[in-house]
Amino acid sequence: MAPHKNTAAIVTYGDHEVINPENKLRRAVSDTPYIPGEDDPVARAERALAELAGEFGSMMDEECDRLDKQRRLVLAHGFNKANKEGLFHAAHDIKGEAATFGYPAVAAAAESLCRLIEYTPDTMRIPHRLVDQHVDAIRAIYREYERSDAQELAAILTQRLRDVTDEFLMYENRNRPDVLEQISGAPSIIPE
Amino acid sequence: MVRIDFNRLRFLVIDDNAHMRRILRTLLHGFGAREVYEAEDGASGLEAFTHYIPDIIITDWAMPIFDGLELAQMIRQPGANANPYVAIIMLTGHSEKKRVTAARDAGVTEFLAKPISAKGLYQRIVNVVANPRPFIKTKTYFGPDRRRNVNGSYVGPERRKGGKADLIRQPALLEKVRSPG
Repeated sequence: MAPHKNTAAIVTYGDHEVINPENKLRRAVSDTPYIPGEDDPVARAERALAELAGEFGSMMDEECDRLDKQRRLVLAHGFNKANKEGLFHAAHDIKGEAATFGYPAVAAAAESLCRLIEYTPDTMRIPHRLVDQHVDAIRAIYREYERSDAQELAAILTQRLRDVTDEFLMYENRNRPDVLEQISGAPSIIPE
Repeated sequence: MVRIDFNRLRFLVIDDNAHMRRILRTLLHGFGAREVYEAEDGASGLEAFTHYIPDIIITDWAMPIFDGLELAQMIRQPGANANPYVAIIMLTGHSEKKRVTAARDAGVTEFLAKPISAKGLYQRIVNVVANPRPFIKTKTYFGPDRRRNVNGSYVGPERRKGGKADLIRQPALLEKVRSPG
């Protein structure tokens, strides 16, 4: 595919340049105004996503199976680099996807496992039992999601996991004040 | 509300997770996009960028071979590729402030924290299409202007020397990430 030719207006200052590239995307801005009642693109995209929702359960099954497989690798061979990354990515993907799939309470438990792996300086010291508890909790919360008290139980379970994880992380990072600040004082910027 | 003809835009989605690629493709097609290309890691993403010359890249952060941050740094090399000014939207489960700052410093245009929503993605796309920021080139940075606000109460030194550049008022990246949707 032939590359576009870039043109840009450049103003040079003492130690920097301010560049205004030609805005080629401007061609996509339409002058036609929206008509009241017209179907807007966001609603159309939401409908398209809703049509996909019938497959979200099987997608979540696959993600939970992947997490379980990674957990088994860690338990069998320890936290080598590949196993550490594999378990983290599996948990991280669930953290990012679970709410889209309709299981937001699963995301919170997955986030706790991500924190455990990310903030432990020596992952060999992570108790396998704590990994097990996280993975089992994530799978159980998903499996029991249709229960009427599922949200309440998930919140209790996740809080307990988070408390135990925080206690472990505070000890393991006791000589790393910058990390301690992140663990204890850096709230997620995702809206509540 | 700005109307965007999505069928005039070419997208490249880079994510190692097939489910997330499918969700993004579904949303983009829902907006009306026709040209949506995909890659499953940073290396094939860079190759697809060179081959397809997309208008907008939507990339994950955590990926094999090299990640979304490294990908952004490789693209933001003036003279090294066909379009170092391409809009880069980083979509990631990482949502800590230090991550947002690192993405900004790598030259990412917009940051979108998962879970993804149609509204959030649409807003980021409208912003890069209708309200592009100038690029700044220094010895250590090349990318969209990181100053989105004119802070009247700032009392520190002016770090840019040789005169002040015009600034475009936009909401701070962190504020935008915090905003729902």
